[in-house]
Amino acid sequence: MLKSRWTKAVVFLLCLAPFAHLAAVLFACLEQPDMSSPVWRILVPALPPNPLDFFTHLTGDWTLRFLVITLAITPLRKLLGLPDLIRFRRPLGLFAFFYGCLHLLTYLWFDKLFDFHEIWKDVARRRFITIGFAALVLMIPLALTSTKGWIRRLGGKRWQLLHRLIYVTALAGVVHYYWLVKSDIRLPALYAALVAALLLYRLAMSILRRTRQSSAVSKPTPVES
Amino acid sequence: MSIPKPAGLGQADVTPRPVYLNRRKFLAAAPAAFAATRALLAPPALAATRLNIAAKSPFSTNEPLTAADVATHYNNFYEFGTSKNEPARNAQNFRTNPWTLSVEGEVAKPRKFSLDEILKLAPLEERIYRHRCVEGWSIVVPWIGYSLSALLNLVQPTAKAKYVAFESYWDLKQMPLARPETAGIAFPYVEGLRLDEAMHPLALLSVGMYGESLPPQDGAPVRLVVPWKYGFKGAKSLVKIRLVGSQPPTTWNLANAHEYGFYSNVNPQVDHPRWSQAKEQRLPSFFKNHATQMFNGYADQVAGLYSGMDLRKNY
Ligand code: HEM
Repeated sequence: MLKSRWTKAVVFLLCLAPFAHLAAVLFACLEQPDMSSPVWRILVPALPPNPLDFFTHLTGDWTLRFLVITLAITPLRKLLGLPDLIRFRRPLGLFAFFYGCLHLLTYLWFDKLFDFHEIWKDVARRRFITIGFAALVLMIPLALTSTKGWIRRLGGKRWQLLHRLIYVTALAGVVHYYWLVKSDIRLPALYAALVAALLLYRLAMSILRRTRQSSAVSKPTPVES
Repeated sequence: MSIPKPAGLGQADVTPRPVYLNRRKFLAAAPAAFAATRALLAPPALAATRLNIAAKSPFSTNEPLTAADVATHYNNFYEFGTSKNEPARNAQNFRTNPWTLSVEGEVAKPRKFSLDEILKLAPLEERIYRHRCVEGWSIVVPWIGYSLSALLNLVQPTAKAKYVAFESYWDLKQMPLARPETAGIAFPYVEGLRLDEAMHPLALLSVGMYGESLPPQDGAPVRLVVPWKYGFKGAKSLVKIRLVGSQPPTTWNLANAHEYGFYSNVNPQVDHPRWSQAKEQRLPSFFKNHATQMFNGYADQVAGLYSGMDLRKNY
């Protein structure tokens, strides 16, 4: 089932659901359709009192969620014995980037009205913005080199090394979230725990691999990211 | 103390009641291409009491009112949850009757007031104030109440009284989310003003908004509104007012002194460490494009309270 083209299409559509929600709310805010119809009641049960807040949080949350899901693919393949999950890793990572770009756009447009003087001040001075910005910038090379062609061009080893930048992005995203909450740190703490678990899994695996490799020098094992 | 020119507009002049109570549609201040015209849905959940307003106030602004359900569905009231959509859901069964507000400390006549006494202590006025949150958004609210000074004069502060401390209701049975471990701030919520700030006629003891008693999520049954300061200075659901000799500890200042000062006067020139305070978002607009005014536009009335003070230091 994981191999089917249909599964991939369904996953793709699911990944677009937050965007559809965002688009529906945006449309409802701007066009005020007759919202008494049942369709609207389900899509947009209530208009957000603060649209900037709503869009920033929706896009920020999904950027971080997609990063966590992307990072979970490798352990899940092993733990569930489902190697075909690898097919979803690239689209999931790209969706993290997609929502990250929408998050940035919300900030640039609604929060700052493209006042680049103010934006620069924010990026330079406010550490939660600085680190969020860094997290997104680090995703750019990963998005650009996510194709099969680039894997070939870079070579598997080097490509994998480059794509470890996602660890830094995820960590930076968590710190960004921790720095921006006012006092209730439960959600950033939850994401911190998830990201820590996913990274520690990799660390443990790499140590295991190394000890196995040194004990059986002649038997090379395939590299895992 | 200077009294401003009367703006002469009451809530009824600005928004006829059916418009905001039924299918509320209004135009937000936003660039034309993005003018956020909205139709808001949710009807108020709680049966509120209509209040008899004796007078409109010369302090009122004539800016367009924020729709009632924006003001009542976007609240910072951590006792009922730390997300701004939670209080409207979680506070609906909050019991506000019977209610006692105790006024004590450095006063000649300490006294406990019942809600009924509070409602009758002075003629109820409607005051349309700008309300600016430290987070960078603002609303325009038709509050109902009277100057806090009316209550303070009744208890007669002594010469030792220099500050006023305000304490909000706290009860885990009614507010199961109000735990310091999770919310990250201490309870009960406490705020404070200098005595001369508290005696300023603009400082409002509020019992209602939009023609009715306060909804629970907005601080029922009685709260403080200090329009020239960031919103968190206006403690909600007051149970105790204490006159004291020295500056009282205040909740957000205790949680993070670097970010939330005791004064917290609205000031576009002094940034919050994590964001600029130069602009604000007039809800429900999409855009943070509304210029923030010194003392939230009340400088003519209150700037005198701070003459000679470094407002950058005393943020
Ligand atoms: C491009 C640079 C970025 C900027 C300028 C930026 C800016 C912001 C701002 C202004 C907020 C709202 C703060 C508040 O409510 O006080 C926010 C929230 C958030 N951002 Fe970012 N951000 C950036 C990148 C990122 C990235 C890469 C991630 C994910 C890895 C992320 C995840 C979040 C999350 C989870 C929230 C909180 C959402 C919530 O409270 O529900 N941000 N960001």
